[in-house]
Amino acid sequence: MQLAVQNISHRYGDLQVLDDVSFTLRAGETFALIGPSGCGKSTLLGIMGGLLRPAAGAVAASGAPPLGCLNPFTYVFQDFALLPWRSVAGNVALALEHHPLGAAERQARIGEVLALCGLADFAQAYPKQLSGGMRQRVGIARAIAVRPAVLLMDEPLSALDAQTRDLLIEDLIAIWARERTTSVYVTHNLVEALRLADRVGVLSRRPGRLIRVIEIGIPREARARTEHAGEMARLHDALWASIKHDAQVAEREMQHV
Amino acid sequence: MSETREIRDRELRGRDLGTVRFRGGGFEPAGRRWASWLAFAAIILLWQAASSVGLLSPVAMPSPLAVVNALHDLAASGKLGNHLGQSLYRIGLGWLIGTAAGLAIGLAMGIFSVARAIGIPVTAALFPIPKIALLPLFILWFGIGEPSKVATIALGVFFPTVISAYSAVDNVPRNLIRMGQSFGVPAPAIVAKIVLPGAMPGILAGFRISSSIALILVVAAEMIGAEYGIGAFILAAGNLMQTDQLVAGVVMLSLLGLAISLVLGRIERRVLRWR
Repeated sequence: MQLAVQNISHRYGDLQVLDDVSFTLRAGETFALIGPSGCGKSTLLGIMGGLLRPAAGAVAASGAPPLGCLNPFTYVFQDFALLPWRSVAGNVALALEHHPLGAAERQARIGEVLALCGLADFAQAYPKQLSGGMRQRVGIARAIAVRPAVLLMDEPLSALDAQTRDLLIEDLIAIWARERTTSVYVTHNLVEALRLADRVGVLSRRPGRLIRVIEIGIPREARARTEHAGEMARLHDALWASIKHDAQVAEREMQHV
Repeated sequence: MSETREIRDRELRGRDLGTVRFRGGGFEPAGRRWASWLAFAAIILLWQAASSVGLLSPVAMPSPLAVVNALHDLAASGKLGNHLGQSLYRIGLGWLIGTAAGLAIGLAMGIFSVARAIGIPVTAALFPIPKIALLPLFILWFGIGEPSKVATIALGVFFPTVISAYSAVDNVPRNLIRMGQSFGVPAPAIVAKIVLPGAMPGILAGFRISSSIALILVVAAEMIGAEYGIGAFILAAGNLMQTDQLVAGVVMLSLLGLAISLVLGRIERRVLRWR
């Protein structure tokens, strides 16, 4: 499924946060959006999945969603957004309950995604009993249970410590290798973007404009290898050079609350 | 002045610091069951001792034994059950009506802008009225019998329930509601599966407040005009200077309050197991 972001602009009151952003997601790719804090990355993601109404522009989807897709545009949230009164299985079930699935198929889907995310033994656990990394695995399991056409991930790992983040990055790479879901990955972490994305889009500081898109030619699974270290470092430096100045200015800006 | 300071500085420097002294701890009140029971027993024993040696006149303040005797006699004659039953019936019915209406209005105010715009000023204006002041009006409307008392309790329960329900809905994290929307969960299911369970802690906390209000109002209403009920019983005992009966009635109120909070505690533990 293809998703075209067409001339999106957005403002909160007098504050312009996005200015004429356009790009097209290719089917099956992972597109990372990076930029300094407050540049409108999360706003753009909210607009792409229909949770926010843009001030101008539109998002157009074309092509059929995958087989068994229940919720074409599905989010993974930074703060996990799990219901604390539901078990792990119950949280995944929430995404399925309002669809006409048989009880057997619902159970099958829940079991399948829990196994895929390494949660099979935690089906009856409650979120408060889990570590941050396991909670986000529940968030990811819930998202893939609906077989999304586009997975919209809003800084999914930024609430986690560095080691947990590395573990989840490996999990995500494994899951994507299997599911091949088209994904948008918003982050302010260059390393995450470089490990996970096929293409990286760079947004300027507020108002966010898409200033460049970098294609990473090395397959995801091979990026950690030493022979690609030089190329990865070069990409990292190029990305950092394109956002460093904006990040510095953004950091010194007064908060508009 | 600078001389004394120099001397002090020299003394401070000269001293060996030695082992690091523990200075944390404390300020963490924990359960000490035995202490609670011991204090309780001590108060009653002291009270009994003061009565036995004649420090307390039996007319002004009956001894614990006299109160227990009075309670026993009341229970044996069946009057206790009668009074208690009447009061419980009024509290139960009034609380149920007030809570049902309060939850309906309060949840609506938590969800719909128009309901909130109407509800907040109305609640602000009517909530501060001591509801017992309206009993005479209700007596004119409904007569001296049960409906006027039940209506007073229901109204007294209604407003705090409205306030706790809508603030409980406000406290449901918005991100959970957004999550429900992002998965296409229909609005009624979002209310049933996300808003209501999320508001439950606040609603149950409100039950504690409203149940104690119901207890106050039932006694006040029964003192104004009732044949049976703990409030009426306490008033009658006071008029006849039967202080043992009077204190027995007060003890029953204390036990009733304890029982209600025990039941609510059970419900909270069951419903909020996930916390």
